[in-house]
Amino acid sequence: MTRARPLAGWGRHPVRDCTLAAPETEAEAAALVAAGPVIARGNGRAYGDSALGVPATLSTRRMNRMRAFDPATGVLEAEAGVLLADIIDTFLPRGWFPAVTPGTKFVTLGGMIAADVHGKNHHRDGAMGETVLWLDLLRPDGRVVRCGPGQERALFEWTVGGMGLTGVILRAAIRLRPVETGWIRQVTRPARDLSRAIALFEENAEATYSVAWIDCLATGAAQGRSLVMLGEHARRDQLPDDRVARPFRTRARRRLSVPFDLPGWLLNRYSARAFNAAYWNAGLRGAGVRLVDWDSYFYPLDSILGWNRVYGRRGFAQFQCVLPLDAAETGLQRLLNEIARAGQGAFLGVLKRMGAEARRFSFPMPGYTLALDFPATPGLPGLLARMDDIVQEHGGRFYLAKDSHLTAETLRRTDPRSAAFARMRSETGAAGRFVSAQSERLSL
Amino acid sequence: MTKPPILILGARSDIGRAIAHRFAAEGHPVQLAARAPEALEADRADIALRHGVEVSCHAFDALDHAGHEPFLDGLPELPGIAACVVGLMGEQEENARDMDAARLVMRSNYEGPAEILARLANRFEARGSGTLIGVSSVAGERGRASNYVYGSAKAGFTAFLSGLRNRLSRTPVRVITVLPGFVATRMTENMDLPAPLTAAPLEVAEAVWRAHAGARDVVYVRRIWALIMAVIRAIPEPVFKKTRL
Repeated sequence: MTRARPLAGWGRHPVRDCTLAAPETEAEAAALVAAGPVIARGNGRAYGDSALGVPATLSTRRMNRMRAFDPATGVLEAEAGVLLADIIDTFLPRGWFPAVTPGTKFVTLGGMIAADVHGKNHHRDGAMGETVLWLDLLRPDGRVVRCGPGQERALFEWTVGGMGLTGVILRAAIRLRPVETGWIRQVTRPARDLSRAIALFEENAEATYSVAWIDCLATGAAQGRSLVMLGEHARRDQLPDDRVARPFRTRARRRLSVPFDLPGWLLNRYSARAFNAAYWNAGLRGAGVRLVDWDSYFYPLDSILGWNRVYGRRGFAQFQCVLPLDAAETGLQRLLNEIARAGQGAFLGVLKRMGAEARRFSFPMPGYTLALDFPATPGLPGLLARMDDIVQEHGGRFYLAKDSHLTAETLRRTDPRSAAFARMRSETGAAGRFVSAQSERLSL
Repeated sequence: MTKPPILILGARSDIGRAIAHRFAAEGHPVQLAARAPEALEADRADIALRHGVEVSCHAFDALDHAGHEPFLDGLPELPGIAACVVGLMGEQEENARDMDAARLVMRSNYEGPAEILARLANRFEARGSGTLIGVSSVAGERGRASNYVYGSAKAGFTAFLSGLRNRLSRTPVRVITVLPGFVATRMTENMDLPAPLTAAPLEVAEAVWRAHAGARDVVYVRRIWALIMAVIRAIPEPVFKKTRL
């Protein structure tokens, strides 16, 4: 029997004792489910407790084989534990790129589907679920059911964004997008305040990629000042001459790593403010059009391995909400007021326009999403509770892949779909078989 | 230039899979060998798809001596490189009391691996080229109460590789001994291993690749192990016998 060990998400908080078994075959996975309850865990990049199964967690890291690829359609069939980084390594040189990607490439295929992750193209192309042709799901009774937009549709729509709570995703077929190069043409547009940032997003709805870095510590007239970054896959004829011959060859990025926990005090309101100001000024200087390699563009933090250690041993909490379009600006203003007042160093604030809502329990809705992280300090629970209230008052909701602190009551109030999700779980037997620390906390 | 194939003996193990991927990434065709070749099919497709090399699967049981020659004859071609990662740790408690269990550990870590590499060595010598890679263990450097059955068999295997290398040193055939310390694999899944001393299977594969590309005869995976084992070997027996390592 596997022994229980401390396990945490990427935010390193909370930590729970879990057994972590890594089956290699469907039969081994089914045996774990039968002995259940369990929750599937990919590469552990969910920030909170989504992938902590207490006592039992099922790691998909040994189910990590690619099965087939059709170069005519760009459809890849792979096991759930395959890393996005491996998909890019394998297929970018052949002219294919993930149709939807989150901000790190160290996630698994199964994890991306379970969280229905979104990327910088959500406003146009939708979330991960849009790229899935089918997936094989290990159900509570041990059967494997193939579901997709055209078969077992209800199960598919609950599963994509269902945080692993409908079953274990074993394998899937996803569509990649053809690209001519490994480069992105990035346009950076400074926005002096929040209204301007929102206006820029709305004016640039046609851009393939759009995202903004937002200075959550700026106050007064500069509140919400942002660098809005738009991007398009570069065509071959847009590359400089010396790159045209090898359009997918980008310089290997230097890898830094944070080999030990930095002291918690290093990140405080002064250092965060100084960092944000420096970033803003660098952004102003770098405004305009630039050619950026895919790795730096999509995965800026991946080059710093173990960046979660900059917050020290106490860990950190991510906060990500989405506010509906009509309430977004006022809601965001109130959130920024709250953050600035608390003076909690938000190292990274990311603002993004989201597109359509799809699927039954996944995060996105048309509106604006704000993501930031906070060191886990004593004052944090109070700040988060105040922010939760603001989100609720403005009709917004929370991203479960980042959540570690919501209460069941707040979830029920902000996302009425959660009641139907919980009912579906109990009716299908999933409630007794697939359980995470998060699903228990949120009474899902 | 086409690269010579690598034969992986014990291809279902985490280390075997990792080595297969590492060499395939450099363009080497791969021959995967394990007891249940049908279970290798998923790996065959995976390696072929990722790296665009030829991959074949073969039934191989290290303990079935009679099957060794037919197995080698059945390969698409004699490989240029053969890596043996066959091994079985068992439970020391059980190995100390149950001689059937102990025998299986001894045979799986010494007899089987040594025998198949001996046969390959002879074929490589006759051909005049080839590299043999034996994945042994630092556990073979000194017998300890916690795993001496496994350790003693690995000691035998390490000595065998050393002798084989000595014999073949005037031929073009190379013999490489790989000595991992702790590795995070299925075999060690339930053990509490100290993270700084524990390598991932990918690191073992990388060490094997670098040994192959370079000129080293004996490689420790995580160099700190060379130091640790030097210290452990230097402890006088009257002291060592009282330790709990």
